[in-house]
Parts: sequence; C-alpha cells; structure tokens
Amino acid sequence: MSFLEQYNYWVVIFLMMSGFYIVIAHGNLVKKLMGLTIFQTSVFILYISISKVIGGTAPILDDKYNVYSNPLPHVLILTAIVVGVATTALGLALAVRIKEAYGTIEEDAIQEKDLQQEGSTE
Amino acid sequence: MSNEISNQLSNEIANQMMTQEALMQWIILLPLLAIPGILLFHKKQNLREAATLIVGTILLFAVVAFYQGFDAGQGAYVHWWELLPGLNIAFRAEPLGVLFSLVAGSLWLVTSIYSIGYMRGHGEGNQTRFYCFFAVAITGVMGLAFADNLFTLFVFYEILTLSTYPLVTHAGTDKARHGGRVYLSILLVTSILFFLFAVIGTWAETGNLTFTAGGVFDNSTSKMVVSVLLALFVFGIGKAAVMPFHRWLPAAMVAPTPVSALLHAVAVVKAGVFSIMKVCVYIFGIDLLAELPITDWLLYIATAGVLLASLVAMRQDNLKKRLAYSTVSQLGYITIGALLATQSGVLGGSFHIVAHAFGKITLFFCAGAIMVAAHKTEISDMRGLGKTMPLTMIAFFIGSMSIIGLPPAAGMWSKWYLLMGTLEAEQVAVMIVLMISSLLNIAYLLPIPLRAFFDGNRSVVSIRRDEIKEAPWPSLLALSITAIMTIVFFFWPQPFYGLAESLANIAGGAHG
Amino acid sequence: MIQHLPILQVIIPLLAAPICFILKEARLVRWFVLIANVMAFVVSIMLLQQVNLHGTLVYSLGGWEAPIGIEYRVDELNAYLMILVTSISTITIMAAGSSLTKEMAESKQTYFYIAYLLCLTGLLGILATGDAFNVFVFLEISSLASYTMIAMGNDRRSLWASYQYLIMGTIGATFILIGIGLMYMMTGTLNMNDLAERLPEVEQTKTVFTAFAFFLVGVCLKLALFPLHLWLPNAYAYAPSIATVFLAATSTKVAIYVLLRFIFSVFGFEFSFTHMPLTEILVSLGLVGVIAASVVAIYQTNIKRLFAYSSVSQIGYMILGIGIGTKTGLTATMLHLFNHALMKSAIFLALAGLVYRVGSVNIKAFAGLGKQMPWTMAAIVVGGLSLIGMPLTVGFISKWYLILALLESNWWPVAVLVLIGSLLAIAYIWRLVEVAYFKPALQNNQSYKEAPLAILIPAWIFVIANIYFGIDTSFTVGLSERTAELLFGVAK
Repeated sequence: MSFLEQYNYWVVIFLMMSGFYIVIAHGNLVKKLMGLTIFQTSVFILYISISKVIGGTAPILDDKYNVYSNPLPHVLILTAIVVGVATTALGLALAVRIKEAYGTIEEDAIQEKDLQQEGSTE
Repeated sequence: MSNEISNQLSNEIANQMMTQEALMQWIILLPLLAIPGILLFHKKQNLREAATLIVGTILLFAVVAFYQGFDAGQGAYVHWWELLPGLNIAFRAEPLGVLFSLVAGSLWLVTSIYSIGYMRGHGEGNQTRFYCFFAVAITGVMGLAFADNLFTLFVFYEILTLSTYPLVTHAGTDKARHGGRVYLSILLVTSILFFLFAVIGTWAETGNLTFTAGGVFDNSTSKMVVSVLLALFVFGIGKAAVMPFHRWLPAAMVAPTPVSALLHAVAVVKAGVFSIMKVCVYIFGIDLLAELPITDWLLYIATAGVLLASLVAMRQDNLKKRLAYSTVSQLGYITIGALLATQSGVLGGSFHIVAHAFGKITLFFCAGAIMVAAHKTEISDMRGLGKTMPLTMIAFFIGSMSIIGLPPAAGMWSKWYLLMGTLEAEQVAVMIVLMISSLLNIAYLLPIPLRAFFDGNRSVVSIRRDEIKEAPWPSLLALSITAIMTIVFFFWPQPFYGLAESLANIAGGAHG
Repeated sequence: MIQHLPILQVIIPLLAAPICFILKEARLVRWFVLIANVMAFVVSIMLLQQVNLHGTLVYSLGGWEAPIGIEYRVDELNAYLMILVTSISTITIMAAGSSLTKEMAESKQTYFYIAYLLCLTGLLGILATGDAFNVFVFLEISSLASYTMIAMGNDRRSLWASYQYLIMGTIGATFILIGIGLMYMMTGTLNMNDLAERLPEVEQTKTVFTAFAFFLVGVCLKLALFPLHLWLPNAYAYAPSIATVFLAATSTKVAIYVLLRFIFSVFGFEFSFTHMPLTEILVSLGLVGVIAASVVAIYQTNIKRLFAYSSVSQIGYMILGIGIGTKTGLTATMLHLFNHALMKSAIFLALAGLVYRVGSVNIKAFAGLGKQMPWTMAAIVVGGLSLIGMPLTVGFISKWYLILALLESNWWPVAVLVLIGSLLAIAYIWRLVEVAYFKPALQNNQSYKEAPLAILIPAWIFVIANIYFGIDTSFTVGLSERTAELLFGVAK
C-alpha cells in the first residue's frame, strides 16, 4: 500500500480539516454553516469511496457481472445527506432569525451585544 | 407530689396504652405532631404556644415512661424500612440513647416555656417558623438518640443540621445570615467530607453499620484504616466542636437565646458528642481504641482544645460568646471521656452530657433573661445587676458551679469520673490540663455573678437599686427549674448515673 | 399487538407529530400531545413487563430479518430508560400548557409541540434500535428537534444558543457517523449484535481504535462531558422553560445510554477498558467536570444557567461511575441517571413556574420569594438538597453507591473529590436559599402569587418522587443493579 493508493482517504482528510477549520476560524454564521457542510460531505465521501470495488459494477443481478460495488453505504449516505440538508436548512433559518434579532451575523458582534444586554439587566 | 402524679401518668402510658416499641416511635414522631397545631394557630399566639407546650408535656411523660420501661428491662427495637440492601432505618433503645432522650425531652418543655417569655419580651418576628423548625429539630434529636445504626444516626444528624439553620438565621439580618453561613458550611462540610466518608468507609470495610457492643471491626481490617476512620469520625462529627472545627458554635450565637440555650448548649452539641461516644463505644469498642496509637493523638488534640477554648472564653466580653467558648471547652471533656477508652472515662463523659446540659442551659437562660430585662449583652455592663435581678443571678451562680464542677452541683460527678478515667488510662498530662481548665472555668464564670452582687458601688446599671426588674415570668420559671435540677442531680444523680453506668458496663463488657 | 410494542414505542410520537399540523389549534394540540405521551408511557410499561416475562425482545422492521433489515432490540436497560423518558415527558407536558402560553405566541405553540414530539421520537428511537446507523439517524432527529425548541425561547439569546448547539451537535453527530462507518468497514455489518460478535476478530487494528475514538468524542459532545459542554449552559438557560425541563432530564441521559451501549455491548468491556485507556479518560474528565462546572455554577446570576452548569457537573458523576469499570460503579451511574432526571425535572419545572409569575430567573428576583411562593421555592429547595445528596433524597442514594464503588476500588482520593463536589453544590444551592428566604423582597417588586397549579402539581410530582425513591429504593436499585449486570454479562 503506497501513499497514493489510498488517495481517497487523503481527499477525505483534506476536506474534513478544511471544513473544520472554516467552522472554527470564521466568524460569519453562514460561512460557518458552509464549513459544516464541507465537513459532513467529507464523511459522505468516506462512506462511498470505501464501498467501491475497483472493476465492480452497480449491483444489478445478472449473469454477466459477478463483481459488485457495495450498495449499502450509498443508501446510508442518502439518509445522511437528508439529515445534512435538514441541518443546513435549520442553521440557515437560525442565521436569518439572528440577523433579524441582532442586526448582524458576525459572531463577535453578537457576543458583544449579548454582553451589553447582560450588563444592562444587572 | 407532682412527681407522683407524673409517675402515675407515665405508668399509665406505659402499661395501658402502648408497648415500648410504639412508645419509642411516638417519642421520635411526637414533636412533628406539634407542627400542624402551630401552623393552624399561626395567628393566635396563645393557642400556637399551647400546641408546643401540650406536645412538649406529652413528650416529657413519654420519655419518662420509656425510661421506666427500659429500666425495668424492657428493650425496644423498631425497624422502619430498608433504604438500601443492608442499610436500615432502625431504632433501638440503649442506655446512652435513653439518657440523651431524657435530657432533650425534659429540656424541650422547659425551653418552650422560656421561649414564650423571651420571644414575646424581645418582640421577635416569624415566630411560627421558629416553633415549627424547633419541633423538627427535636425530632432530629430523638431519632438520633435512638438510632440503631450509623446510617440512621447520620440521617438524623443531617436533619438536625438543616432544621436548625433557619433558627440560627432567624433574625434575617446580614449578621445573622453570615452566622448561618458559617454554621451551615462548617457542619455540612465536616459531615459530608469526613463523617459520611467515614460511614461509607466503615460500610465498605465491614459491611456492618449496626451499633454493636465491642465494635464492628475485626482483625481483618488494618490498623491504619481503622485509625484513619477514627480520625474522620472525630473531626467529621462537627457538632462536637472539636477544634479546629468549633467556629460554627460562636457563629451560631446570633440566634435567639432559646435556640442557643437548647440547641447550642444541649441538643445540637450534645448530638455531636453523643455521636462520638456512640461511635467510640459501639463501632470501635474501647478495647480497639486503647490499642490504636492515633487515639492518643486525638486525645491530645481534644485536650488542647479544652485548654484553648477556656483561654479564649476568658477574653470574651459578650456573655453569649463567652458561654459558647465555654461550651466548646466542655464538649472537649466529653470527647476526652470517650477517647480515654476506659470505663470511668465513658461513665464520666456520658454523665457530663447531662450535667453540662442542665448547667449550661441555665446559664444561657440567664443570659437571655438579662438581655430581655436589662438589655445587656456585654459582661462589663453587668456589674451590680444582682440587685435588680437577684433570682437570675443566683441561678447563674448555680449554673457556674456545675460547669466548674463544684459541689453541690451535678457537674462535680462527671468531672470526678473523668479524672478517674485519666488516671486509669495513665494520662497524667490530660488530668493536669483538665484541672487547669477547671480553674480557668472559675476565672471566667464566677466573677460574673459575684460582681453582680458585690460590686454594686461601681454599678453601671442606672436603675434604682431596690427596684426588682426580672425577665418575664415564664423565662424566670424556666431558669429556676433548670437551676434547681442542677442541684437535685448532685444529690440524686439517678437515673442518669444508672444509665451512664450501664453504658460503661457495656463498653467494658468487651473485656470479658 | 404485543409483539409490535417496540416499534409502537417509536411510532406513536412520530405519527402524532404530523397530526398536530392538521389539528392546528394550540388547545387541541395540547390535549392530543398529552394523550400521545400517555400512550407512549403505557407502551413503555408494557415493554418492561414483556422484557421481564420473556427476556430480550427482538423486532425485525418490516419483517426483514436482522442482517438485511433493521432490528429493534429491547432489553431491561432500554426498557428502564424508556420508562424514564416517557414518564418525564408525560408529566412535563402537563405543565406545558400554561408555561408556553406565557412564554410564546399561541401560533407558535403548535410548532413547539411538534418539535417536542419529534424530539421524543428521536430519543425513544435511539433507545429501541439495535442498529448502529439507526442510532445516528434518531440522534439527528432528536437533535434537530431540540435546536428548534431551544430557538423558540423568547430571549434573542436563545437563537444564538441554538445556533451554537447546532454547530457543536452536528460536529458530534458527524464524529459518531465516522465511527460507525469505520466499524462497518471492518465488519461489514451495522447490527449491534453482529458488531459485537465480529469486532473482537479485528479489534487489534488501528481502524477499530480510530472508530472507537471518533465515536467516544462524538457521544461525549452530545452528552456534554466537560470540556465538550460549551453548548449546554446557554441552551438550557434561554430555551423555553418546558424545553429545558425535557432536555435536561432526558436528552443527556439518552446520550449516556448510547455511550454505555457501545462501550459495553458493542466494543465490549475487555476492549474498552483494557485495550483503550477508557478508565483514565473518563475518570479524569468526569472529575474535572464535577469540580470545574460546580465552581462555575457558584458564580452564575442567571439561575437557569446555574442549574445548567450543575447538570454538567452531575454528568461528570455519571461518567465517573462508568470510568471506574466495576459493577458497583455502573450501578451508581444507572442510579444517578434516573435520580438526576428526577432532581432536574423538579427544579426546572419549579423554575418554569417562577418564570410564569416573576418573568425573570436572575438571582435578584428571588429576594423574598420564599414567603411569596412557598411551594415553588420549597420544590427548588428539595431538588437542591437532592443535588447536594442529603439523606432521604434520591441524590444520597446515587452518591452512596458512587463512593462505595470508589472505595471498593481503593480510590479514596477520588472519593474525597466527589464529596468536595457535593460541598460545592451546597454553595450554589445555599446562595439561592439565602436570597429567597432571608432577604426581604425588593421594594419595587410587587407581591407574587404562587405558581399556577398546572405547573406546580407536575413539579411536586417530581419532588415527591425525589423523596419517595430516596426512601424506597427497591425499584431503582434493583433495576440499576440488574442493568449493570446485564451490561457486564454481555461483555463477558
């Protein structure tokens, strides 16, 4: 197993880390959500790439083929994608509401306003 | 004559109405029954106090009847429920518990009488809450007195801590809240960090928490572990106010005087030394105690505490504070009695529970009476007060005698046996300290009544000399009763002596 | 009917949710949700009965047998937790009507109830399923529903709290997904039972180690183990009161169930505790959590937030119990799972009543409330005493077992730290007691009435449960011991 033979893992790791980095480093709520989506996508790729059998075909029951790729991870990831979409949608909806309530979607600005609010109530 | 009537009444309760078992449960639960009455009449002072007094009277008869039954050889054991496998809430009558219940039961009634005069004379608020929590505290004491195992003891110990907290912070001022905070934090910290730890440790080691004559530990437990557990018990039972965990007691003096009198001279602090005595006799057994090297160290710590507390007491000008430090010192006597690990020590220590209770409650009653009638709290202001409050000051004098250990007051007996105990255990240093401490007692207690009577020329009391202005009569009545009892117990130390002696026999029985 | 119980447990709230859409009107919905909850509760009781009679129940979804289809597996552990979740959910929903009316517009209430039911579906699904991927799906259902509920709080900070929770929760769930994927890579199965059989063959591979690590971190994020708890305090503090009660009492508990199920049943005790340094990790993090979160709680002025931090510290106790790796330790965790749910339900419901009347949970607003709202404050005090671990409350029972477990393993320094944790609890509870009972009411405060009965009664049901199960422990201790044995039995 050489370094490049498992290139799919390197792709996954690269995507995962970039997504994670965006979530942590960016203050903009929408950008954070994009990072989160990339992060999730990397896992989807992990699942799908491991199910691929080189030279295998789609799992069609026919005498001509006897090497199939595993279909199960695809099905799982369909579910996971749905979950991911729902999460992103909810996150974006929250971002909209935050924009309405705070007038900004920058993390620093929101935290500052929260601090002010806490200061004024006490 | 009243004695006869009470005897008859108690006999009747004992013979016709219920068995010892039932009686014991009633003693534990009776104080709680006062609460509905107190709450129901919270707008009508007289009826509300009547509820406390009636229940207090019944309780007194109940404990006396119970004692008579116990004296006649009827034991009692009640099992309420099993909390966890092997851990029971259960009660059993044994000499020390009966002794403690007699003290607490009789003094609750007296204190209730006293409270009526004090609380009204002093114009305190929230009296309904006061009487309610007082009743809960008494239940805590009774449950603790009859506890059959360490676990039950711990449960009621904590009930006692929590129910007395509102009494300490009663005034609700910043000072009271601060006092309450010190009170609660020290008692809970010690009880959870050390006491509970020791209880669970004992359980993990032996699987047996039932108080057993001769102790529960066998040879399989290493001496090291047993020593650590003993230290944890002695310091964890914070109510015994072993130095350096004594600070809660002076802090608790912000409470109204009846609370200081009953709870912080009798119920709470005695619950502490009572627990130490129980643990020493029934969990470790005095034979095991005598073998442990750490017992000596704890003994020296307690002895040093006695001396230090006496010295601190001398420097207090506030009467209640001085009495509080005196209590810290006197509690040390009882702890010493337990740790001496001899029969005489156990006897003297347990008798001192009684003697100190009656003596110290008298002193507190007097302090409260002075506060109500003359509005004095500082000792330096009390010169010449004997002219205006003669009865109070005489009672104070008698109480002081008992604390010091002079005849004809009950305190003499306990000191006598404690000194015997030190000789038996060959702890000459401890004996010397005890004697020095007694001298110090003289130095900080006796001048108060003496100056009140004989230092009239420099009187700072501004009222006319011949005018007698005592506290309200219920308070006066209460303090006279306890003062008289102090003397009575010198001449007739039974039944307490008998109980203390049988405890000593049980403790020593393990020798055989 | 009887054999369909495992799926009914999940499907009742799932189907009830869309029906709420049709009913629309908040008052109708409220009753309907209550009925659905009661039904779920009844099902959970029947399930426990069935488990007691027949042993583990296995249910194949859609008639497809295990390797191909998804399998639901109910043993005593799940049944126990299902009863916990459904009972708390039912009692909480009784109080929801009046509390929600005060805290949000009527038009929004229906949506809240829908989210509530979906969250319940997710939690019950996690408990019922025997399929690893299914756990992830249900986890996300319950999480998405929780984010929604939290965002419906009437303070704008609830939005921010919800958003933060969403980010951290999704990262946690994705970690779990990675863990499951790696397990699947090595074994070719998602069924927990088959996983448990096949993992030992490959357990010495780096892939399985990695799977374990990802899974552990993901679950610990979900259950808010220190230092992965950052989402929790704000989420609990600004969510609608009812959501706080429900989430605090159930969702972290279910996350702990997932942890238990995987480290004991799937990976196996042997692997988790000998090949992996699980004891060191869990004990140290649990302890730090207990102490640090309690200290932070002492300095909070927002009382809901105070109790949220207290939750983080209580989770520390549960994790500690697992970390000891003995049967007694596990019993302590199972007990505390149940007991802590009771304590926090009582406290947060009483706080809901307080919000209803007073409108604020700032500590300053508590001055004089001991007199004005005696029953509400008494509920908080009893709950607080239980948190401290006073005898005759449930808190004492779980603490007793935890310390016993520590002493049995000769870890007495840890036991001392646990007791110090209790003392810290005294500090934050007593700050509240002092203000409520011994500080006169502020002058400009009007006099507050007692909380409405609709909230007070459910709160007191929990308070009484706190005392009852602190005195009669045969049910909880018995079940906890049996489930602990079960988990260890599977491991061997």
